[in-house]
Amino acid sequence: MTPGVSRRSFLAAGGVLIVGLGLDGLGRAGAQSIPDADRFLGKSVAPDAVDSFLAVHRDGSATIFVGRVDLGTGGRIAMRQIAGEELDIPLERIAMIEGDTALTPNQGGTGGSYGIARGGSQLRLAAATARRGLVDLAAQRLGRPAGDLEVADGVVRGKDGTGSVSYGELIGDRAFSLKVDQAAPLKSHERFRFIGKSLPRPDVPAKVTGHHRYLQDLVLPNMLHARVIRPPAFGATLVSVDESSLAGIAGARTVRMQSFLAVVAEREWDALRAARALKTQWGAGTGLPDHAKEFDAMRTSRVVRDQEVARKGDLAALSAPPAGTRTLAASYRWPMQTHGSIGPSCGVADVRPERVTVWTASQNVHGLQNTFARVLGVERDRVRVIYMDGAGSYGANGADDAAMEAALLSRAVGRPVRVQWTRQEEHGLDPKGPAQLLDLRAAVDKDGEVAAWETQAWLPIATANLPNIPLLSVDAAGLPQTPGRSTGLIYQNVDPPYAMANLNAVVHWIEDAPLRTSPLRAPGKIANTFAVESFTDEIAALARVDPLEFRLRRLSNPRGLEALRRVAARMGWQSRPSPKPVDRRAAVLTGRGLAYVHYKHDETIVAMGMEVAVERATGRIRVTRVVAAQDCGLMINPDCVRAQLEGNILQTLSRALHEEVVYDRDRVTSVDWASYPILTFPEVPKLEFEMIQRLDQPPLGAGEAAATPVGAALANAVFDATGVRLRTVPFRAERVKAALAGRS
Amino acid sequence: MAKLTLKVNGTTREVESDDPDIPLLYVLRGDLGLTGTHFGCGLAQCGACTVLVNGRAVRSCIAPAQSVAGQDVVTIEGLGSPERPDPLQAAFIAEQAAQCGYCTAGMVMSARALLGQTPRPSEKQVRDALAGNLCRCGSHARVIRAVLRAAAAKPGARS
Repeated sequence: MTPGVSRRSFLAAGGVLIVGLGLDGLGRAGAQSIPDADRFLGKSVAPDAVDSFLAVHRDGSATIFVGRVDLGTGGRIAMRQIAGEELDIPLERIAMIEGDTALTPNQGGTGGSYGIARGGSQLRLAAATARRGLVDLAAQRLGRPAGDLEVADGVVRGKDGTGSVSYGELIGDRAFSLKVDQAAPLKSHERFRFIGKSLPRPDVPAKVTGHHRYLQDLVLPNMLHARVIRPPAFGATLVSVDESSLAGIAGARTVRMQSFLAVVAEREWDALRAARALKTQWGAGTGLPDHAKEFDAMRTSRVVRDQEVARKGDLAALSAPPAGTRTLAASYRWPMQTHGSIGPSCGVADVRPERVTVWTASQNVHGLQNTFARVLGVERDRVRVIYMDGAGSYGANGADDAAMEAALLSRAVGRPVRVQWTRQEEHGLDPKGPAQLLDLRAAVDKDGEVAAWETQAWLPIATANLPNIPLLSVDAAGLPQTPGRSTGLIYQNVDPPYAMANLNAVVHWIEDAPLRTSPLRAPGKIANTFAVESFTDEIAALARVDPLEFRLRRLSNPRGLEALRRVAARMGWQSRPSPKPVDRRAAVLTGRGLAYVHYKHDETIVAMGMEVAVERATGRIRVTRVVAAQDCGLMINPDCVRAQLEGNILQTLSRALHEEVVYDRDRVTSVDWASYPILTFPEVPKLEFEMIQRLDQPPLGAGEAAATPVGAALANAVFDATGVRLRTVPFRAERVKAALAGRS
Repeated sequence: MAKLTLKVNGTTREVESDDPDIPLLYVLRGDLGLTGTHFGCGLAQCGACTVLVNGRAVRSCIAPAQSVAGQDVVTIEGLGSPERPDPLQAAFIAEQAAQCGYCTAGMVMSARALLGQTPRPSEKQVRDALAGNLCRCGSHARVIRAVLRAAAAKPGARS
């Protein structure tokens, strides 16, 4: 008898809950991607306890428990490097469990480029605390002062070579019962064995051989496959369902909770067929605004409040420019964009009376534990949320929705359920990165100095203390949830990083956004840096100053100056103002541009140069070369950092060149890769990097910063080549062609 | 229930389906447990589901399973394993040419088809052969290097 059957009999009997088994065979089957992970159940997950982060076993091996997950970003090797370094344990002896509310500490969601900077630093302190505890234990065991001992490969011994005891003998699977010491002594960088090395990622061999098990591949015993039926228009309610339209599809049936409708079947293809075959009637939608007027609507939307992000001096030079002072104004538009995961979202859930288990690729595993407890009305500690790899998500894609849909359906049918989104659902329904509108003004005096700078940004306001991104199925099923909007910190970097006497940067927080939003990689800062760094270039052009020189003169941060100089040196930057003289007969115009960011003004620094070729006849932009210098402090694993640089640049080039979410008055219409194209292999430019390693500095994060200067470096290069300034993303060929025509 | 006989990774497999239109992808994943082939779009737009049929790259999300009956189907699992990757997979590992890795199997299969036809491709040929394989993480440059590395490692060989 399978566990699922026994539970159904239990449900049928309406019996009293008597479950002594805890996690039975089903619970274990796919609980974590590491076999026998469940042997750790009951361990501490408190964020201040060493035992929450690591365990040392009898054989001298160790397991680390990490709340911030590896999204293909390299955490599985980097976290081992951090722990192995501080513990002095060879990395092949370290296993890692990540993103499991029953086993890993809540380190916050995986986002903000904080995986290593915060998550890794917490692990490092826990490992350092553990190491000191182990040396203290060894000192007692060996009867010698701790100062006379050293550690090599998990063995503590006297510095004089006498006496030794292994970690396994000292602690062997017992609890440390230590608080993480925030002042624990960290290994100095001169003694690093693992940190700073480009060690290969342990997940890559399985990924390139098809053996890596993704969430989408998870099969539980007795599991049903589900497809959710979506309304044809946003906000439409379900009127009727014709169940007879499923006749002939084996085992397919509908599950309905008000307007939340799904089909389930034993086989996935049958669920998919049933979703196509099912006849439904829906009421009218609540309507979407006119996409063509999206940016105009932002300007006229009700402003909830203004936020002054930066203020210095006054703007008199703008309001009453003295003689010889020129003023400049420009508007920049970055459209709504989608996360664009290559694998549509998936969720698997097993909801039982006694416990809820959810498998998800969400970047917010611990946050979801609360969400499920709230929506399903169960105690938080009866909910277990387990991360499994999905396709890259780059923020909050449809993963949280798919997980909740699986849970609601599992509760309804009394069996484990897997929900697989379609491509059209992922493109059409995942929460979007919001559109951003920025107006910039500057006054430039007769000496070319910036006498005043003003940024005004129109951004949709996020809801304070929103417990979770409102989920589609919860609303459709008529269940309660807090309404509101999630965006990430989209106001950062609206002000320039350069020395200026008079500066005002204000965000007008507006009430409306046409679609549901969520954080999308480097939230807000890609558009903000596009505006600020494009406008910096416009000022330099007005002043007839070389764009590199203009920036160098106004920066004081030595690490920023180094990054800019290293990019310039590698590019062979020739000092001259932009644009370069345009050859009116040339079919292809070439140019180079530059942009700079100090991410959030206190994290990673990136300087980026770009070379482009623009086809005059078609407007097609070909990016031929990108050179980036990045200083993200300590790089635990430089090759993983480099991969993040590559990814940030290519993904954002795609966003800047191609991407825009389009909708009609009912629904999103850019619902596949034809209507929402992204960068392809033939378009990939040559990539060159200056990787600035700072072994003696803290890590600052590599997952987002390099995305932010891409738009401006590109626009500035196009301006240099053509003399035409592109201020509205995406820079699709037809738009560029029109801009070129407008000039000539 | 109609019986369908497929030859997958050198082994003859029989599956049953009451739908003659079932795409190969759902047979591979659902019936044969070969989950290395991934669903990406169902529209033949992204390449995540690419397999080889008689050495040619085919999008298994739209190819009806019965259309390949009796033909030689090779999936990512048919090339190598984590312990014994084939030379192309070994080149992907050497270049660490995957981030999330969801699109990777399809890229390996498209590249395999290319190298079967063109053992020593130019960089442009590699890019063009992979133009229908989408990657969102931005592993493209590493993938290109990996394919060129594999081609260089076995000069003239039909991989």
